[in-house]
Amino acid sequence: MALDSKIPQGPLADKWTKHKNTIDLVNPANKRLIDVIVVGTGLAGGSAAATLAELGYNVKAFCFQDSPRRAHSIAAQGGINAAKNYQGDGDSTYRLFYDTVKGGDYRSREANVYRLAEVSANIIDQCVAQGVPFAREYGGLLDNRSFGGVLVSRTFYAAGQTGQQLLLGAYSAMNRQIGRGKIKMYNRHEMLDVVKVDGKARGIITRNLITGEIERHSAHAVVLGTGGYGNVFFLSTNAMGSNVTAAWKAHKRGAYFANPCYTQIHPTCIPVSGDHQSKLTLMSESLRNDGRIWVPKHKKDVEAIRAKSLRPTEIAEEDRDYYLERRYPAFGNLVPRDVASRAAKERCDAGYGVNATGEAVYLDFASAIQRYGKEQAYIKGMDVNDAALVKKLGQEVVKTKYGNLFQMYYKIVDEDPYETPMMIYPAVHYTMGGVWVDYNLMTTVPGLYCIGEANFSDHGANRLGASALMQGLADGYFVLPYTIGDYLSDDIRTGPISTDTKEFEEAEKSVKEKLDFFINNKGKHSVDYFHKRLGKIMWNKVGMSRNVKGLTEAISEIKALREQFWKEVSVPGTNEELNEELAKAGRVADFLELGELFAKDALVREESCGGHFREDSVELEGEQKGEALRNDEDFAYVAAWEYKGEPSDAVLHKEELEFKDIELKQRSYK
Amino acid sequence: MNLTLKIWRQKNANDKGKMVDYKISDVSPDMSFLEMLDVLNEQLINSGDEPVAFDHDCREGICGMCSLYINGEAHGPDRGVTTCQLHMRMFKDGDTIYIEPFRAKAFPVIKDLVVDRSAFDRIQHAGGFISVNTSGNTIDANAIPVNKQDADTAFEAATCIGCGACVASCKNSSAMLFVGAKVSQFALLPQGQVEATDRVLNMVKQMDEEGFGNCTNTGACEVECPKGISLENIARMNREYLKASFKG
Ligand SMILES: Cc1cc2nc3c(=O)[nH]c(=O)nc-3n(C[C@H](O)[C@H](O)[C@H](O)COP(=O)(O)OP(=O)(O)OC[C@H]3O[C@@H](n4cnc5c(N)ncnc54)[C@H](O)[C@@H]3O)c2cc1C
Ligand code: SF4
Ligand code: FES
Repeated sequence: MALDSKIPQGPLADKWTKHKNTIDLVNPANKRLIDVIVVGTGLAGGSAAATLAELGYNVKAFCFQDSPRRAHSIAAQGGINAAKNYQGDGDSTYRLFYDTVKGGDYRSREANVYRLAEVSANIIDQCVAQGVPFAREYGGLLDNRSFGGVLVSRTFYAAGQTGQQLLLGAYSAMNRQIGRGKIKMYNRHEMLDVVKVDGKARGIITRNLITGEIERHSAHAVVLGTGGYGNVFFLSTNAMGSNVTAAWKAHKRGAYFANPCYTQIHPTCIPVSGDHQSKLTLMSESLRNDGRIWVPKHKKDVEAIRAKSLRPTEIAEEDRDYYLERRYPAFGNLVPRDVASRAAKERCDAGYGVNATGEAVYLDFASAIQRYGKEQAYIKGMDVNDAALVKKLGQEVVKTKYGNLFQMYYKIVDEDPYETPMMIYPAVHYTMGGVWVDYNLMTTVPGLYCIGEANFSDHGANRLGASALMQGLADGYFVLPYTIGDYLSDDIRTGPISTDTKEFEEAEKSVKEKLDFFINNKGKHSVDYFHKRLGKIMWNKVGMSRNVKGLTEAISEIKALREQFWKEVSVPGTNEELNEELAKAGRVADFLELGELFAKDALVREESCGGHFREDSVELEGEQKGEALRNDEDFAYVAAWEYKGEPSDAVLHKEELEFKDIELKQRSYK
Repeated sequence: MNLTLKIWRQKNANDKGKMVDYKISDVSPDMSFLEMLDVLNEQLINSGDEPVAFDHDCREGICGMCSLYINGEAHGPDRGVTTCQLHMRMFKDGDTIYIEPFRAKAFPVIKDLVVDRSAFDRIQHAGGFISVNTSGNTIDANAIPVNKQDADTAFEAATCIGCGACVASCKNSSAMLFVGAKVSQFALLPQGQVEATDRVLNMVKQMDEEGFGNCTNTGACEVECPKGISLENIARMNREYLKASFKG
């Protein structure tokens, strides 16, 4: 099947408006006759479910947590972008579009990104109307902060809990519709398959996680807002339950999976502390606004630090290497995430890591505390030379900005970041790849839509900070509810979809067989045993820096691990009860397939772009020597993989990317 | 560290349930409490036993899913943290640790340490929202300035993670701190005024129907709340309720 991205004709800035004006609509009376399933209640799924219900559709929403409010979006910290230009610093729709395409290293679809930038301002209006308590200035207007990779302040935030506040907004919109009976909510339900009837997505199979009951649910269209797949690495900043299962089942039913290798490794996470580690904790990128990143200049200091005979605060300014400020004077500590992560790895690989494992760098707030402290002392008419006072006032400012993050760090590491620099190291954080969708957010399966982190659509090879929340809400509040009408307008006379058909029966049977297999297998290793081993292969060979040898090995190692998994996995308990091991087994089975496709995609893409860094594709000379080298001639395409059985048999389809409104440049943050 | 764990095991909602003893060794002080339970579960699975079921997801103190009652305290001995943020450095070698579910009539046990907190959701369905549709032409966000103090206080109320520790800590199993936080968030903002009367009446009505107890001002909830939600929110809700009752 040829890929058709369905990008509307006409000038970039007019495409969305024109498209909205010309697509088919469903009239309000007919919407009552149409059912839509939304899987996922994060920012994307939650906002979509609420909006579809407001429009009049009958919505069934699903999540695996015990409440929609607990979706992983709740954990987002730093903020959400919008081209409001409230700061008057030259921001505009075009600039947000430009920054996002550039930040994505020219591997995203222009038309989608422009639309995202266009609706971004509406998101803020909508959220404020819902009562989302964004941070405000003393004058009562909304405050902004700046984020990596851009030169304007366009990020709206609610302390370090922006995702929480936005999700509670979407959740409240859902609550209103649940109360009115327009959304039927299924908590603690896991989707385990998509059901297709006559080639169209017409329902899903779920497992009730409390009773184990397998259920059939039908609808005229199915929307997946099921989040990212970073947990293929075992350790990531994602929540424990985040998984690829819904997206992967869709893939197996014919939805192409795009750019699986595009992963974001976030530079500022708390380093691994030991083998017991179950997840990694992010320290928001917003900290890079005020924190300076460094390692010691001299190996002898590194050794003394590791031996705990020297403290970082005792190292003199001139003996510190602020390597981001040194290498990238224009952007300094605010370079994009991929650049910052690789730079940290480079220093640690060179032997300058500052903890026992050698995998940590410092994020230091001492200068910010000084700067804010002096400012406050001056404003309050106090003595700006009183060091203790300045420090105290400065710490107070830092506390109001980042208090919850500092507390989180203190509880995990047991060191006070107000007094000593934080230690950080890159960790897997976000997946730009995902289910391929066209301009209408429909997958290659008619009637199956995919929104939020689960799709591939807007971030190219690297996502800028504060853009995932923007994309999730744009998809759910402002894009999907319109575009889905175009498809559903054909369904006003279809009537309810029966679940009593051979398609539902077949899907249910295959789900049940898989579950029974796990329970009866009685192997010798737990699910986590396999998940951890998969994670190690992924991190070491398909992680921050990739080469042909490593990727080839990874592919065969993952395949072998998958075979071993199916022979030796052990799942205790039964099907008919709350059984977390059983749920995990299904998720890890899918990760073991995705992981191989991921490595294969990375092997085929013989260029460095965004989060995908190939050691064999770097600048060889000049000012940019050693930096990532893109190859636009051969690789300016979206890699969309078609399922054919084993991951090794997957077939590559290319969506060529055209850049008409932006000139392709080598990214430089120097 | 070597520890003795006494854990509540209950097969399902109908089972009576009992405390069961487990020994665990080589616990690192840097482990989180849930990582310690992961290690126990791995041991149980490898020896053919059933692992202990407990709720968790984000493991960074924000989703509100984790909910253990440890040594008689919701979320354990540390302050200002959820169970997933509790670290083993809070315990000593040789300690015996009691681990139970959050208990309340309105939170029935599903299995082992997992409870059903959907009552909280239903309270929110009753009124935890502002009725505004998604249209794409809502008024500009800066059209209504909000006094910074009010915005900040609303935000503080809104940081409640819906964990239910307040209910579990209260001798009456009252949900007043949770509901107070929800009502306050909207009551403090201009956007929330239009529906203020119905909101507080409906939410309180639903709270009573769910079987939560009355508030007798013991303040245990505030002490155990991992997010520092203050008792002022209860007072504010009471004022809102009184105001609404006169109108209503
Ligand atoms: C720690 C952290 C901080 C972040 N900070 C920021 C930030 O400051 N700014 C920013 O823009 N982005 C940030 N991000 C990224 C952003 O939070 C996510 O990309 C975004 O929230 C994803 O939203 P979503 O709606 O697509 O998916 P999620 O919020 O992950 O929701 C997925 C939903 O799908 C459901 N689900 C999944 N699988 C199934 C299944 N099989 N069956 C049934 N239900 C299922 C889940 O229950 C859940 O409801 C951060 C991410 C992390 C990890
Ligand atoms: S008020 Fe505190 S203890 Fe109660 S649910 Fe909210 S966060 Fe948890
Ligand atoms: S697991 Fe999310 S708050 Fe503890």
